[in-house]
Amino acid sequence: MKNRRMKEKNQIMSALKEQDKKGCSEARSLSRSRILRKIFFETLYLSTFTFGGGYVIVSLLKKKFVDDLHWIDDDEMLDLVAIAQSSPGAIAVNGAIVLGEDLAGFPGAICAVLGAILPPFVIIGLISVFYNIFKENFIFEALLTGMGAGVAAVVISVALDMGSDVVKSKDSINLLIMILAFIANYFFNVNVIWIIIAAVMIGVIRALTSRKGEKK
Amino acid sequence: MIYLQLFLAFLQIGAFSFGGGYAAMPLIQAQVVHKYGWLTMSDFTDLITISQMTPGPIAVNSATFVGMQVAGVFGAIVATLGVIFPSCVIVTGLAVLYKKYRKMDLMQNVLGSLRPAVVSMIFASGLVILISALFVNNKISFSKGNFKTRSFLYFILAYILLKKFKMDPVKVMLGMGVLELVVQCIMKAV
Repeated sequence: MKNRRMKEKNQIMSALKEQDKKGCSEARSLSRSRILRKIFFETLYLSTFTFGGGYVIVSLLKKKFVDDLHWIDDDEMLDLVAIAQSSPGAIAVNGAIVLGEDLAGFPGAICAVLGAILPPFVIIGLISVFYNIFKENFIFEALLTGMGAGVAAVVISVALDMGSDVVKSKDSINLLIMILAFIANYFFNVNVIWIIIAAVMIGVIRALTSRKGEKK
Repeated sequence: MIYLQLFLAFLQIGAFSFGGGYAAMPLIQAQVVHKYGWLTMSDFTDLITISQMTPGPIAVNSATFVGMQVAGVFGAIVATLGVIFPSCVIVTGLAVLYKKYRKMDLMQNVLGSLRPAVVSMIFASGLVILISALFVNNKISFSKGNFKTRSFLYFILAYILLKKFKMDPVKVMLGMGVLELVVQCIMKAV
């Protein structure tokens, strides 16, 4: 008697559980497709209207997903930005991927990256076609000549700002890396990839030795 | 074959450009101008200029532009996928690791050492762009017809506007372009 009742109870319980699971997964898949759509269109929108560097789009992503939607909190966002910065590649793309993956797993990452690269892809694709047509055009040529001098000023001032930060940090190893990297790159045409690998190695060695120091 | 070359070249750019934005520039220059000769230095400078004026990261913009120039729409797709592929793999991997460990002091150390090297490479790349903007045949020589005096003045003016007046880079660049256009129009009229 008791056994049968237990069995019945178990059956009901498991049936209930089954139903629960179904309901849950239904709700999850519903909100999931909504989340994915939201991720795609938000990154698409931000990527279309964001001019300037990757940090701009990252701060806009924060505004949207942390301040407006409250999908993630401030601290987590900071960590995500750190991941986006630590990884190779464009920060805007990395930021979109890490946010998408955090919100909705791998499909979220795919939606985010598609949203992030579609606008520049279309815009630059069109410009590339027109570039060949207008390259010899008088107005276009004059504009590009003037802007070429401007872009040189932009790049050099960015590099000098970053360089003065390194000098101000008074870290002699960093200073040495900077000088050696410049000589290797500019005067000896060493492949940039080797320079990056060398700097990474130095970083790994420094991390390991500082860890050993802490243990003592 | 060309598709594979495009994909691999931009895969390398995607995998080795740490620090975002300008950090990718020396790598793009090395692959696209020096190794494969897909763009001339002046095309490359134009590309960087266009890239600054349009939304999207320089690396993605360059991939689309170069792919399109070299092998049409399919080339653009292949190159763009190449440049984001390392990001997708590495960022997703790091995000998973982060959820497990939430600590990245090794990464911080590596980034700390990378930064000065990246700064140097951006500066070197800026020098190459400057030389291509100031000298007609990309060589430092002040012989007649080789040195573009006007461009040199634009460079100085742009630098002052950026540093002293903290003006928006896009506006500064556009301003220099319009200035040159006006000067050329006046010279034609006279």
